[in-house]
Amino acid sequence: MVLDVVNLSKAYGHGERSTLAIESLTFSVRAGEFVCIVGPSGCGKTTLLRSLSGLVKPSGGQALIHGSPVDGPPEAMALVFQDYSRSLFPWMTVARNVAFPLRRKRMPKAERDAAVAESLAAVGLADAAERYPWQLSGGMQQRVAIARALAYKPEILLMDEPFASVDAQTRSDLEDLLLSVWEAVDVTVVFVTHDIDEAVYLGDRVVVLSPSPCTVDRIVTVDLPRPRDQLTTKSLPRYVDLRTEVFSAIVKRPAPDG
Amino acid sequence: MKAWAARAALQLALPVVLVIGWWVWSESNDSFFFPPLREIVQAFEDAWIWERVGSDVLPSMTRLLAGFGLAVAAGVAVGLLLGSSRLAYRAALPLIEFLRALPPPAIIPFGVLVFGLGDGMKVVVIAAGSVWPILLNTIQGVRSIDPRFVEVNRAYRVRARDRLCHTTLPAASPHIFAGLRASLSIAVILMVLSEMTASTNGVGFFLVQSQRGFALPEMWAAIVLLGIIGCAVNAVLVMIQHRLLAWHEGARGSALSEVR
Repeated sequence: MVLDVVNLSKAYGHGERSTLAIESLTFSVRAGEFVCIVGPSGCGKTTLLRSLSGLVKPSGGQALIHGSPVDGPPEAMALVFQDYSRSLFPWMTVARNVAFPLRRKRMPKAERDAAVAESLAAVGLADAAERYPWQLSGGMQQRVAIARALAYKPEILLMDEPFASVDAQTRSDLEDLLLSVWEAVDVTVVFVTHDIDEAVYLGDRVVVLSPSPCTVDRIVTVDLPRPRDQLTTKSLPRYVDLRTEVFSAIVKRPAPDG
Repeated sequence: MKAWAARAALQLALPVVLVIGWWVWSESNDSFFFPPLREIVQAFEDAWIWERVGSDVLPSMTRLLAGFGLAVAAGVAVGLLLGSSRLAYRAALPLIEFLRALPPPAIIPFGVLVFGLGDGMKVVVIAAGSVWPILLNTIQGVRSIDPRFVEVNRAYRVRARDRLCHTTLPAASPHIFAGLRASLSIAVILMVLSEMTASTNGVGFFLVQSQRGFALPEMWAAIVLLGIIGCAVNAVLVMIQHRLLAWHEGARGSALSEVR
């Protein structure tokens, strides 16, 4: 297991006025796996992700990477935020944004430049290296954020609703781009979303969270063949079944028989 | 090209009309206090092209740049510190508010006592009087950094030095430049004032000497030169701002066009 989440809980505030965002979460992620985490809105998905990434300290339990507890942002992790326009630095070109986290990794400049060029090529933005983020569309900006994460060469890629603020067409393009990158690179993806279709389409497994304070409601294994395709995968009967299963778990209605 | 020419014509029209009006009126008028503009131009040529440039303009500009440079260095450095620490900010704010409220010329007598009449006094007076807008704007800029930038840096374990140089400083730079613009005009005022109070050279000294000697055309020539110096240093600062903050104008432009 590359990532173990054990009885993780998180409360905000102190004493009687504290609110429990996460009650108790336990799940594991295998190396190379693509795990999606879905839950109703406001169920603490972002809190979970921030705890996993070491940005906030959990109130109880812990997240373990290769068995050692996370107590601060781990080296092995890269984070992609939802709001691309605020997570890229507007005073840096695309290439410098991607290169910025690599500054502390002691590597020769040539090697760094190569890593930047390679990641930009992987997201199809080799031509945009010298442009500024604000000169790009939203979808392109999010691809830059993905390139920045890839260049960091993480073991685990954490993504917090990364495609929630782009339009539908761009969204399915980005989903396919992410799948092709994940298949090409040896990386484990933990993908938080509120979109059930997206979770089933992308993931090997879907961790369904209950409403706040959140716990793991169930874990659905997505046995759909890869490579996946927006048209054929989504028209498979099995896709529809899985989607229904996740949906009924979230809205707490029994799945219709048959 | 046409639009550019039309704009230039519009912007030049008023000054040209005023100068011509002044020229005609002062020619036919024998007031001692308003000598003919012709004489002022003559005095300007005699004094400033280029006879007294080395003896008066150069010392003035040196003091201005040294004082302003000192204010920039101190204001930005202390501002980054106070902006990053809530505790330090709270502790220092009342003191800063008091010092900032002091009329800058009020420190000149003190400066003369402690530093004498030399360049050191003038540089210190210029720096001490003009540092406040830079300091306060830098603090404001650091405090208003998007928390998401801070999170990105934490998530990617960016080193403190890189955070400072490549995130905090550029993110605060639009605020800092607003402070620089305000500080620069204070610095010019203090340069003139300190030279008028206690000096043996400089444009301010020349101005007050001319006035005391009833050399009115020379006095007016010095006033015109000070106006030109004020405009010129501001124009240089605006040029630097356009270069360094091109990203900010671009990012703001694209954000606005998204709203539309």
